[in-house]
Amino acid sequence: MIWKIVKQIAKNGIRTEPVQIDRDAVQVEAGRIQSEVLAILGQALSIRVVDAGSCNGCELEINALGNPYYNIEGLGIKFVASPRHADLLLVTGPVSLNMATALRRTFDATPEPKLVVAVGDCGCDGGIFGESYASLGPVSSVIPVDVVVPGCPPAPIEILRGILAAVQRRA
Amino acid sequence: MTIPGLTNDLQHLLAPVPVWHACVEAADWRAAAIAVRDTGGRLVALWGGAEGVAVCAAYVVADGLVWLELPLPGEQRNYPDLVPCFPVAARMQRAAFELSGIQAEGVKDQRPWLNHGAWPVDYFPLSSGSEAAPIFPDAVLLDYPFVRVEGDGVHEIAVGPVHAGVIEPGHFRFSVVGEKVLRLEQRLGYVHKGIELRMTQLPPLQAHRLAGRVSGDSTVAYAWAYCMALESAGECVISERAASLRALMLERERVANHLGDLGALGNDAAFAFGLAQFSRLREDWLRLSKDAFGHRLMMDCVVPGGVACDIDLTHQERMRQQCDDVAHEVQALHAVYDAHSGLQDRFLTTGRVTPALAAQLGLTGMAGRASGQAWDLRCDHPWAPYEYLQVKMATHRNGDVAARVAVRFDEVLESLRLIRQILSELPAGELRQEVCLPDRASRGAGWVEGWRGEIFVALELAGAASQHRIRRCHLHDPSWQNWPVLEHAIMGNIVPDFPLINKSFNLSYSGQDL
Repeated sequence: MIWKIVKQIAKNGIRTEPVQIDRDAVQVEAGRIQSEVLAILGQALSIRVVDAGSCNGCELEINALGNPYYNIEGLGIKFVASPRHADLLLVTGPVSLNMATALRRTFDATPEPKLVVAVGDCGCDGGIFGESYASLGPVSSVIPVDVVVPGCPPAPIEILRGILAAVQRRA
Repeated sequence: MTIPGLTNDLQHLLAPVPVWHACVEAADWRAAAIAVRDTGGRLVALWGGAEGVAVCAAYVVADGLVWLELPLPGEQRNYPDLVPCFPVAARMQRAAFELSGIQAEGVKDQRPWLNHGAWPVDYFPLSSGSEAAPIFPDAVLLDYPFVRVEGDGVHEIAVGPVHAGVIEPGHFRFSVVGEKVLRLEQRLGYVHKGIELRMTQLPPLQAHRLAGRVSGDSTVAYAWAYCMALESAGECVISERAASLRALMLERERVANHLGDLGALGNDAAFAFGLAQFSRLREDWLRLSKDAFGHRLMMDCVVPGGVACDIDLTHQERMRQQCDDVAHEVQALHAVYDAHSGLQDRFLTTGRVTPALAAQLGLTGMAGRASGQAWDLRCDHPWAPYEYLQVKMATHRNGDVAARVAVRFDEVLESLRLIRQILSELPAGELRQEVCLPDRASRGAGWVEGWRGEIFVALELAGAASQHRIRRCHLHDPSWQNWPVLEHAIMGNIVPDFPLINKSFNLSYSGQDL
């Protein structure tokens, strides 16, 4: 049993090593982001993710940040289970009216200094859902936003860049 | 094709899957439901028709899908309740009231479902016309009267709407004694963003983009179902090549989601190795989708009349190679999962839904197949290109987390086989046909087996005089069927097993909240 697991791990090696050209670029950038996060914060970055109304496409790509290629935990960035533990809120939208209160309360529960990154076209400007009886549109219509990451959904590396941009802004 | 007790004729809709439509009278509405239930049929969807002047239901019977429409003339806004025949109708009827203002007669549970106080109770978004759609910025959210469980030592655990992980929002109210869950009550609707009203504001030839964002993990299935409905209304037949490429994308979507879930299920049982391995495979998979089709999740690749892009020989070869590699790795990981006693201890008998309960509550799709509901649209009513692919259905009878894991493993391998076969027999043909919207008011239906279960789209178009406007487009997610079953699956289990059980169903919040 254990032998099978060890064999599987050994066979696949460490995927955070560059395998091809574009991946190379991604990995170099990931390394740079890590050193910048550490330089700016002097510690790990804790992120609370709030889905305020998305179609779950952005969640799929945020989850992908945890895979061995992006290895976000290896960069000193981790997703936490409570806004009270968070330095940064990563919010996907559009903000539904039914989620607006929960989003405001999550923001209020996050200790200062705090950062907000709106992820995806919908979080940026309401996207294809726009504003309606049920949707307030962009995240910035409910809480202050530091950085937006457009894309539908944005690729994981774009989300990582957005996180760094927010951290740099407060440096 | 008839339903016993129905007097009106059924009209066959031109679509690659067998779909009929009929208008019925109030007396026939209930009679049809009873006849469908007694002959082993299922209720797929219930919704308010265009402008809220009809109630519609879609049933699956042996010969295909039947869309019944009960017109509600004049001021009448009531229709006979379907819950006695099909318990799954309950939440759909509550939603139909809030969106279209039509009410099932005599239902006990009239608590709001999608409207948490965001809009006034006397505003019905889908029956008020789309032109002067109001906005209610001063909305105050309302408390929800959860059912209380009383007794010695019973307490409640409230979870959500913002969840601990990177998942969609919803509220779960557990009533527990010690660690044991006596009852779970869900409150969903948090991500309701008015998709069906927005549909009526978009030109029909562009609305596939919105359909593809009802639930991002099923973007291909939704886009295909919507385009099938539009092509059905416009009597457009897509080329064999376009159909094959759509199926290629649909199977790639199925594999991507199953790979993600298999990893996450290992992780939820504290087997991080599984997550690392499967998330790596998933990332490789998405990157090739990006290279071949230009988008990691293949959003906007299925378009009205066909597909947005072709696949060249280099990418075909890479996909074949990837199928071989992934099949090899998935088999190795399957052996590891099966042999890992700690993992199996968490999976086996956890979150069990017996075939009898599954049939009674209408459990559908992949989760249904893990509980003996041997139903897969690709096998039962295969449309092009599935008719020649001969999909082998994966089923299980245990209905526990282990069964849902086993069905996923089987379906991944079968989809890899399908992808190889599609690539080896890729027919020639136009990528995209022009869809001519009919001059007269028309309707169309789309029905596709997505990775989670069947996606159904009912489309009503206005004629040329009204710029071919979408009068109504109902988009149905299989999560409507499966969420209520999850409330049963958790009963008697311990609280720490809930994330595992929940993940084993992996239902869509956005898909049911709309």
